[in-house]
Amino acid sequence: MKHLRAINKKARAIGEAVAQIEAATPSDMEEDVVALQQQPRPHVPMGCTLSFSPGWEVDAGGGTAGLCQPVERDIYDCYVTCFWPVQVPDHVNYSPDWASNCATATKDWRNLDLVFP
Amino acid sequence: MTVMQAPAYARAEYHGFEASGSHFVYLVSAGAIFEIDADVRAVLARLDGQQLTHAALVRELSSDGTDPDEAEALVRELRAARLIQLGAAAPVMPQAPPADFPLQALVLNVTNQCNLACTYCYEFGADKIATPAGKPKYMTLETAKASVDLLINEAVGRKAVHITFFGGETLMNFKLLRDVVGYANGATAAAGKAITYSLTTNATLLTSEIVTFLSDNRVGVTVSMDGPPDVQDKHRVYKNGKGSYAVIEPRLRTLIAHHKTRAITARVTLTEGVTDVVRIFRHLKDDLGFHEVGFAPVTTGEERAYSLDDNGMDSVLAQFNILAEEWLEYALRGESHGFTNVSETISELISGVNKSHPCGAGLGLMGVSPSGDLSPCHRFTDADTHTMGHVSSGIDRAKQGAFLAKGHVEAKYDCQSCWARPLCAGGCHHEAFVRYGDTGHANLHYCDWIRQWTDTCLRIYGVLAVQNPGFLERFAERKGLS
Ligand code: SF4
Ligand code: SF4
Repeated sequence: MKHLRAINKKARAIGEAVAQIEAATPSDMEEDVVALQQQPRPHVPMGCTLSFSPGWEVDAGGGTAGLCQPVERDIYDCYVTCFWPVQVPDHVNYSPDWASNCATATKDWRNLDLVFP
Repeated sequence: MTVMQAPAYARAEYHGFEASGSHFVYLVSAGAIFEIDADVRAVLARLDGQQLTHAALVRELSSDGTDPDEAEALVRELRAARLIQLGAAAPVMPQAPPADFPLQALVLNVTNQCNLACTYCYEFGADKIATPAGKPKYMTLETAKASVDLLINEAVGRKAVHITFFGGETLMNFKLLRDVVGYANGATAAAGKAITYSLTTNATLLTSEIVTFLSDNRVGVTVSMDGPPDVQDKHRVYKNGKGSYAVIEPRLRTLIAHHKTRAITARVTLTEGVTDVVRIFRHLKDDLGFHEVGFAPVTTGEERAYSLDDNGMDSVLAQFNILAEEWLEYALRGESHGFTNVSETISELISGVNKSHPCGAGLGLMGVSPSGDLSPCHRFTDADTHTMGHVSSGIDRAKQGAFLAKGHVEAKYDCQSCWARPLCAGGCHHEAFVRYGDTGHANLHYCDWIRQWTDTCLRIYGVLAVQNPGFLERFAERKGLS
């Protein structure tokens, strides 16, 4: 590492891993596109699916057991990490501030507002 | 319509700090500490509040005149170290230890009786969770031997085990303690393991024979006490209300003068009106000669007369900072200062712990009640709702599993976005139970405090890493970290 100086044991272990990665060919790590079932898996909310499908065709595991069911599932997670804009408040288009009064969902969930798209 | 977006870099979760004119980051996903240079700061500044694609980031960095290849290498280094990441990743949590994690230490509650009646005691006071009625008051040698056997059998693969003697007042059952040490020395030697001992006492019953025994057997001693006479006698009183300072003072002097094999530590409980940390420290360290002095705020449920309020905590933190500053001055000279609260955090920072659980309770450590019931730690002994098996029948794996699942930092919602979680992991299970009725609840009443204190210790660490790195190495060796 050239720009980071490891100053504890954990950081030194990371330094060794970085040296290995840097020794590998650049294309190994510039691979930006991640397939849904590829390791390490991207963060996918429970029972949800990524944006290629509308949410009811195939789940993050490639099966149909954990399809998107936002109403029964975690509407807050749908809002933050999923943009499927029908069932939940849409933070891209019409309700960007929906959760702004809710710093900690377990405590402030009452502050989540009603949405009239 | 599905919009395809090029993945963009965001900053990973870290806590930045400055010390000794240098800049550092504490990387939360790992517990790693790095000193960073100006180029890294430039990247982090570019990603402040916005995400940039690889191409855009390299372009922006080279617009300052940086060579594009250098910029490319810099971005790759930071990405490989996971200081920056593609997109906003979910918080990374440490994995739970394996289900058959070997036991390392037992805390034997050799008696639940005490000759003092400290007003704030968690075992007998208003917030007690123990239900000792109808149970043995003193541990028998049979139970103690079964405990030792259990420890040896459950410490699979460990070279060394540890027993802590606890109470009640531990020395009210000194005879048992002496006999157990004899038994455990033999049993561990036969099993090819080393063993170490420690005990906690209020010091009222120490005699020179006991001190000689403790020194000969290298038993580490922690004395629960609160400070000089006026402070000590406020809460640490006999049942008739008489203070205990005059009784313990000569005994402490004997202990400290004659017990030479292990460090002698004082542990102070801070309560309403007992927040004079610096004065207490001076008395215990300089006047009485303790090697280490550690402080902890009292554990209380709802408002008790002796709880520390926010003002009390602020004053405590201010005085902690004074002692921390001193600790650093000593360390820069290569000397040890004795303020345990800093020493403990520094050793955790040296190894870069990233805890799945706040402490070893229910994991490598268990408590044993006088009757032989197992519990997550000494603070849960004799509490029926928290038993985890018995020394004769073994660890109740289902109860242990349930306790550990609750206590995992991943199960504590509020900790997910907290940068101090590698060290804190939600805090003491017992405190959480007393406060919130749930061992798996994050100890939210002291988060600000924990984060400020962790930041203080990180800055001390940073100064030492720049000005006296050799001290950190020697400190790690002395603490048995490597
Ligand atoms: S209890 Fe508070 S300080 Fe500790 S990890 Fe959780 S949020 Fe952070
Ligand atoms: S649960 Fe609390 S009292 Fe028990 S070992 Fe852990 S930190 Fe200590």
